[in-house]
Amino acid sequence: MNAIVTVVGQDRVGIIAAVCIRLASLNINVLDISQTILQGNFTMVMAVDISEANVSFKEISDTLSELGNDMGLSIRIQREEIFDAMHTI
Amino acid sequence: MLNRKEILSTIEMIDQQHLDIRTITMGISLYDCCDGDASAACAKIYDKISRYAEKLVTTGEAIEIEYGIPIVNKRISVSPIALIAAASDIPDYIPFAKVLDRAAKNCGVDFIGGFSALVQKGMTKADEKLIRSIPEALASTELVCSSVNVGSTKAGINMDAVGLMGQIIKETSALTSDRDGLGCAKLVVFCNAVEDNPFMAGAFHGTGEAEKVINVGVSGPGVIHSALKSVKGQPLDVVAETIKKTAFRVTRMGQLVAREASERLGTPFGIVDLSLAPTPAVGDSVARILEEMGLEVCGTHGTTAALAMLNDAVKKGGIMASSSVGGLSGAFIPVSEDEGMISAAERGTLCIDKLEAMTCVCSVGLDMIAVPGDTPADTISAIIADEAAIGMINSKTTAVRLIPAPGRKVGDRIELGGLLGSAPVMPVHSESSSDFICRGGHIPAPVNSLRN
Repeated sequence: MNAIVTVVGQDRVGIIAAVCIRLASLNINVLDISQTILQGNFTMVMAVDISEANVSFKEISDTLSELGNDMGLSIRIQREEIFDAMHTI
Repeated sequence: MLNRKEILSTIEMIDQQHLDIRTITMGISLYDCCDGDASAACAKIYDKISRYAEKLVTTGEAIEIEYGIPIVNKRISVSPIALIAAASDIPDYIPFAKVLDRAAKNCGVDFIGGFSALVQKGMTKADEKLIRSIPEALASTELVCSSVNVGSTKAGINMDAVGLMGQIIKETSALTSDRDGLGCAKLVVFCNAVEDNPFMAGAFHGTGEAEKVINVGVSGPGVIHSALKSVKGQPLDVVAETIKKTAFRVTRMGQLVAREASERLGTPFGIVDLSLAPTPAVGDSVARILEEMGLEVCGTHGTTAALAMLNDAVKKGGIMASSSVGGLSGAFIPVSEDEGMISAAERGTLCIDKLEAMTCVCSVGLDMIAVPGDTPADTISAIIADEAAIGMINSKTTAVRLIPAPGRKVGDRIELGGLLGSAPVMPVHSESSSDFICRGGHIPAPVNSLRN
């Protein structure tokens, strides 16, 4: 099952590393990363495969928001279908 | 494979434009709960609701987390209780309201609808008992919502029921006078009520529905408003196109959630209701969409035209996005629940007469409007009759949810709390409609050709 992780906030050293380390610890594979600075904000969108994750979706979501809080970023994970549904026919 | 712009736009809609699923409503048939013994019937009702809706809230919450989309309410609608309670020989149906309340609390849902009677053609003894039980039922329960259908295009308008409902609304207000007449916020009087409406207070599980069903109501005035900011000053056909595209996106999300909830709960998917349902939050207002189109204040001349276009464009965009559309599907204009409507009413630009005109072209009707506490019951009945006539003639659903606020006068404001918001007390005409309402009887069904 694929999901989308989005990270938005003030740019700083080590954001991608920190997010990837956390995902790796949950046994989540990163499929694609797209990152840019949008209107001064660090903005990253990652596609990940969570089918082999070692915890539940809620725990993944909680641990990522916790990491976001620690780093002053907004980090969320959502199942990919919501974006497909809204933007493709 | 990633389209960053689309992903971020979805997140912005949820974060900043109040995009949400307003409700997942499980409809449950209670016909097999009828029993000559009222307490046995109540026990069966409690068991059945608890069994069917046991996982409704946890499933809704799981979907919220996985898709990152807020689902504001989880609700239950049941078969009209007048039909279920008819078998039980008791003087009033308050025990049925109480058991619905208990079952709803046990399941953890926000509201339960279906303390209802359908009396467009005539009233059975059970219908009348139910209607006369409404004031106490709503005063003594928290989550129960009630509705009465008094008219339809096929049957005409039952004016005896209209007359009775004016009194019932006044009694309901009086019994909840310590809460500014809050009971009336849970009572709606319909013409052409729909059987698959997921929205409260008017939801009930219709007689033509399956054993159980999942209906979903979407929302999204903030998203439409925000989209319209990008087409400032452009012609209205561009505005209509923009609304259509946005409504499509919003509805697709509703369809996804509905399908997912239906699968997880092992319950057939019923419909997606394409309504634009405002909340009292700033940035989630239907009135502000109309103002964005170029009206200085909602309620001024041009409002009906702007609303007609909004309502139609929402439907056009939404219909393609869902495999099954139903319910009320249109723009809601509940005054107390819409920050822009409250502001327009307080300025005096938006009055009941204009709201009545607006209901000719949009979903539902005179909704969540506070009127002075001393408004006579006959005047309330006459307002219901006007609204029912609009529904009957135009073959659409109309409704009245008025709150005669005890002890309050025009210019006061009542606080209803939560999604119900706060309502400025609006003036009604002081001239009497009493002799008209006292005639009672029936307004015959209209002719459906020679339409002008």
